[in-house]
Amino acid sequence: MRVVVAMSGGVDSSVAAALLAREGHDVIGLSMQLYDHSDREGGVRFGTCCTIDDLHDARRVAARIGIPHYIVNFERQFADTVIANFVTEYSSGRTPIPCVHCNGDLKFATLVARAEGMDAEFVATGHYARVDLDPETGRYRLKRGADPARDQSYFLFTLDQAQLSHAMFPIGHLDKAVVREHARELGLDVAGKPDSHEICFVADGDHAAFLERQAPMAGAGAIRDTAGAVIGRHEGVHRFTVGQRKGLGLSSPIPLYVVGIDADANSVIVGPKDALERTELTASGVNWISGVGPESGFRVTARIRHRHREAGATIDPRADARVHVTFDEPQTAVAPGQAVVFYDGDVVVGGGWID
Amino acid sequence: MRIYFDHNATTPVDPGVVQTMARILAEDFGNASSVHHFGQRAKAVLDDARSLVATLIGAEPSEIVFTSGGTESDNFALRGVADALEPTGRRHLIASSIEHEAVLTTFKALARRGWRTTLLPVDSTGIVQPADLAAALADDTALVSVMHANNEIGTVQPIAEVARLAHDRGALFHTDAVQSVGKIPVDVKRLGVDFLSLSAHKFNGPKGAGALWIKRGARVTAILTGGKHERSRRAGTENVPAIGGLGEAARLAAAKLTTEGPRLTALRNRLEEAILARVPGTAINGAREPRVPNTTNISFEAVEAESLLIALDLEGVAVSTGSACSSGTLEPSHVLRAMGLPSPRTQNSIRFSLGAGNTEAEVDFVVSKLPALVEKLRSLTGARVRG
Repeated sequence: MRVVVAMSGGVDSSVAAALLAREGHDVIGLSMQLYDHSDREGGVRFGTCCTIDDLHDARRVAARIGIPHYIVNFERQFADTVIANFVTEYSSGRTPIPCVHCNGDLKFATLVARAEGMDAEFVATGHYARVDLDPETGRYRLKRGADPARDQSYFLFTLDQAQLSHAMFPIGHLDKAVVREHARELGLDVAGKPDSHEICFVADGDHAAFLERQAPMAGAGAIRDTAGAVIGRHEGVHRFTVGQRKGLGLSSPIPLYVVGIDADANSVIVGPKDALERTELTASGVNWISGVGPESGFRVTARIRHRHREAGATIDPRADARVHVTFDEPQTAVAPGQAVVFYDGDVVVGGGWID
Repeated sequence: MRIYFDHNATTPVDPGVVQTMARILAEDFGNASSVHHFGQRAKAVLDDARSLVATLIGAEPSEIVFTSGGTESDNFALRGVADALEPTGRRHLIASSIEHEAVLTTFKALARRGWRTTLLPVDSTGIVQPADLAAALADDTALVSVMHANNEIGTVQPIAEVARLAHDRGALFHTDAVQSVGKIPVDVKRLGVDFLSLSAHKFNGPKGAGALWIKRGARVTAILTGGKHERSRRAGTENVPAIGGLGEAARLAAAKLTTEGPRLTALRNRLEEAILARVPGTAINGAREPRVPNTTNISFEAVEAESLLIALDLEGVAVSTGSACSSGTLEPSHVLRAMGLPSPRTQNSIRFSLGAGNTEAEVDFVVSKLPALVEKLRSLTGARVRG
């Protein structure tokens, strides 16, 4: 069986490729070049993922395990989907998750199309997630990765049945420690490579500076309290996210947090910690993994950001790919633009973008 | 089975060259500048190679300066002439717009140092028009650089004619002959140039060896300075094994030039005609003549070249989307763009470049695979192409 593996140069996708090759599959490694790597003047310099060194690592792994490897140039698609969305979302006072778009719009869209051109039936990635066929419904299920500390199913909630039918997650059933052990056994130099963190294309972690290089951002504006009174100034709403405490430049007897961002008024709204609590939210652009939404009143555990501890909730699917969520307990820092993803045990039911 | 149709990127090293180099590596380790026996052995390797390279291009041995390859030779000619002529008040350089990056990027560097640079257009078939050079030449033009054969489309430029025009205005003339030396007869006197770059690995020699031919008396300053190697024109201990390999490759190329040229022409034409006949929506980029025998550059309408390249590689067929030196970028080929080709066509062109080992059976195999691969890639994007 011919399988295309998206190789980032990290330990996870390297082991994914190696395991597939060891199982005897006809494996082709593809690495995405997402931005200009040349040193020439005016070249965009950013990135901690898919850098020139990561491509170097991916090539060496491919050579080591004896599979063909190609670097495919997705600069334009990356700029048009992931970066464009990142910029628009922050400018609208929301907090985007570029990884979800990178998975849904690049790896399991553009890359799948390329794989078809190579006669490959599957696209594999190094995600900690699992996919299987539900024997009862005949539909594909997306499940958490077996390693609870590494589970990346949250970032895959937009995948549909067609995408899942071509998806493989060869390390989804493994613990990270086992993956590293495999890498060592296979003699891969990336065995000890540190995990990537934060937003991979923002090299220095300074997303505000990155945004300002990409597009003109709205300038300074007012910081208001929850009653609407101006209590300070900010240097642009794109520098803030709901739940943020640092960087406000306010002196207050009690700790103040960003509780809302009003991009239209160019205002950042701050309040005490309890003003961050919500028991309800709505989300749009919802994807139900099975293709069909559950009944109203369906019980799930819901995650409102990657590192969030899932909370019990009742969901109520609405028309136009929307959903209403009621949590059993109040949740802190529900940030518009982040994803809410629903789980039924280990199975991802679906998810959407928080309004 | 692996089929290699990318000889303009590099060529397999001839077994005779491998043998020569292995012998030199094992036996002639001396420094060619040393006076003793070991130095003399190494010097003898350089002397032989110098004679063989000179013979290949109709030059005198003393006019050959060994370099690390085509890029260094181009840099040497351009920067060396700029340095030598700067005090004379000449401040202008001309090159064709389809030169290799080694020339174009060096031009940009010289422009930052204050040189005026002019890039000559080419016609829609990829040939420089002498009238354009005549119009571009100025009283202070120091150097004109026009490649002999283009690496992407193979077209051969009217060097003798444009070199004459440059000389009429007192300018020096350099030609990057990296893609013609060893493929077609090259005679520096007939070309009438002052500098000529060549590279061993383009004609079955090793990487890391090349030469700049400098016409006796032509003004050029060394860019690598140090010891008195290469008569103070290129400092640094000579890469004796690679230069020995260059010499042997030059000898082999000279010996088979008259037979290999027609053979490759026939093979290339067979490939080209079969593709045009059997794959709808295909067209040849650039003039069919004059062209080096081994090269064809073909557009496949509505096919992303990168995808076709990978699909062919998975079938065991190695081709390229243009210059190997610009792979990894999304920039459309500057050569095809200079010819005025519309943007989809600059993005869906594949270069097939044949060489010594290729056979009719290989050509026929590639031709048998292409229609289905192209059809598949088109069907994935929903493209419809009329035959």
